[in-house]
Amino acid sequence: MSTLVLDSTSRWFGNVVAVNDVSLSIGPGVTGLLGPNGAGKTTLMAMMAGFLAPSAGHVTLDGQPVWRNTETYRRIGLVPERELSFGYLTGRQFVRANADLHRLPDAAAATERILEVVDMVEPAGRRLDTYSKGMRQRVKIAAALVHDPAVLLLDEPFNGVDPRQRMHLMDLLRRLGDEGRTVLFSSHILEEVERLARHIEVVVSGRHAASGDFGAIRRLMTDRPVQYAIQSSDNRSLAAALMAQDSVRAVSLRADGHLDVQVGDLGSFAVSLPALARQHDVTLFELSPSDESLESVFAYLVAR
Amino acid sequence: MNATIAKLALQALLGRRRFFLLLAFPVLLIGLVALVTALVDGEAAYEILPGLGYPLVLPLVAILAASSVLGPEVDDGSIVYLLSKPVNRYAVAASKWVVALAATLAAGALPVLVAALVTGDSTRAGALFLGAAVAGTAYSALFLAISAVTRHAVIASLMFVLIWESLLGNLFTGIAWLSIGQWGLRVGHAVSDELPDPANLPYAVIASAVVTVVGVWFAGDRLRSFSVKGDD
Repeated sequence: MSTLVLDSTSRWFGNVVAVNDVSLSIGPGVTGLLGPNGAGKTTLMAMMAGFLAPSAGHVTLDGQPVWRNTETYRRIGLVPERELSFGYLTGRQFVRANADLHRLPDAAAATERILEVVDMVEPAGRRLDTYSKGMRQRVKIAAALVHDPAVLLLDEPFNGVDPRQRMHLMDLLRRLGDEGRTVLFSSHILEEVERLARHIEVVVSGRHAASGDFGAIRRLMTDRPVQYAIQSSDNRSLAAALMAQDSVRAVSLRADGHLDVQVGDLGSFAVSLPALARQHDVTLFELSPSDESLESVFAYLVAR
Repeated sequence: MNATIAKLALQALLGRRRFFLLLAFPVLLIGLVALVTALVDGEAAYEILPGLGYPLVLPLVAILAASSVLGPEVDDGSIVYLLSKPVNRYAVAASKWVVALAATLAAGALPVLVAALVTGDSTRAGALFLGAAVAGTAYSALFLAISAVTRHAVIASLMFVLIWESLLGNLFTGIAWLSIGQWGLRVGHAVSDELPDPANLPYAVIASAVVTVVGVWFAGDRLRSFSVKGDD
C-alpha cells in the first residue's frame, strides 16, 4: 500500500505555467486523472514518475522524494505514453530486459508470469514492431508490472487502442486496483475515466479543478447549464411548451429549422422533455447537445 | 556497469542502418590504403593515415558509435523505459560508453592498425594504433556526454572535430593542448618517433583520462536529471 503525494506542486517552463499549485494525494485503488489536452496531465505524470523536477513544492512517494531518487523505481511501475522504440526486440525479450534491470532473482519466471497476467504469452515470441497498438500497450504494462510494484502510473493508456482491447485493459487495471495497488491513469475522455476509476482528479489549465468520488463529479458535470439543438414536427409549439418549464432558461428558433434550448438543470429537463412532447403531440426527430465538448464541461468546472 | 543496458545498447547499435555506415568507413580506409600501396608504394600510402584515417575516420566512427548508443533514445524519449528502473545512472552511462568504445576501437582504431600494417613498418603501425586507441577512448566519452546534453549531438561533435581539431588545429599549434587527436598522437610518439610530438606525454595521458572520466560521469549526471517535457 503506497501513497503518492503532491504538495503545492507547480511546474513552469520559462514563463509558461504548466502545473499551478496542485496538491493531491493518491492512494490504493484506481484513480483517474482527467483533463483536456494541454491541461498539464503529462507534466503532472512526469513529476510523479520522477522524470521532471517540480519548480515549486514537493512530490513524494510514502514520504520519499521522487526526483533524482532512482530507488523509488522499485515501487513504481511506469507506462509512458511514448511508443516503444525497441522494435527489434520480441515482446518476451523486452519484458525480460525490464526484469533484468530490476535484478529480479528469477527474471525468467517473473517474465512468464506477467506475460500471462496481460494475456500476451502467445505473441511474446514476435518482434514488437509487428504488434498492434493494444498489444504494445499490454507489453508496456507487463514491463511496468514485472517487479510487482505498489504503484502503477499510466499516461493515456487507452489512446489509439481498439474498443475490445480497451475493455481488456480496463479489466486488468481494475483487478490491479482491487489487489490494493495504487493505480493512476490519465485520460482526456470522460467515458474512459467513469468506466474505470472510482476516484477522479480533474485538472484544467494546470490547475486542480475537482477531486473526489466519480458520482459527485458526474453530478457536477450533469447539473451544469447545457445547450441543445432540437428538431421536431412543430418547433414553435414545442418552444412555447418548453419555455413554461423551470429547467429551461431560453429558447430560440433558428432559421435552419432547429430549435435552440438552453437548459439550466439537465436532470429534470431530460425527464420532462419526452412527456412534454407527447402531451403537445409533437414528434421529436433530433436532440443533440450543441456544446457537449469536454472543454466546455471543464470550463464550467473551473468557473464554479 | 550493467550488462542488460550494454546488451540493449549493442542491439541498438547493430539494429540500425547507421551500422552499415559504421562498417563502410573502415572498409573504405583499408581499401584506399591497399590500393595506393599497390599502385605507388607503402610510404605514399602511409600519408593517408595521418592525413585522413586518424584525424577524420577515427573521430567520425566515434561520433557515430556514441550517438547511436544514446542519441536516438534521448531524442524519442524511449530512454524512460531504461531510466524508470533502480539502476545507477552512472552505471547506465558507463555501460553505454563501453559499447561505444568497443565499436570505436573495432571500426576506428583497428582499421587504422590494419591499414598501417599494409604500408609496411609495424612499429609505426603499433604506435599509430596506440594513439588511435587513446584518442578513441576519450572521443567516445566526450561524444557520449555531448549526446546526453543536446539533440544536435552529431552536429556539435562534428564541429568539434572539423572546426576545432582539424581547421583551427592546423592553423594554431597551441590547440594541440586542447585536442584529443593530438593527445593520442603524443602517446603514440612514445612508441615511434615517426609520429609528431605536439604536447608533453604526462599531460597527454592525464588529459585523455580526465576527458574520459568526466565525460562518462557527466553523461550519467545528465541522465539522473533526465526530464520528460510536458508537450501534451
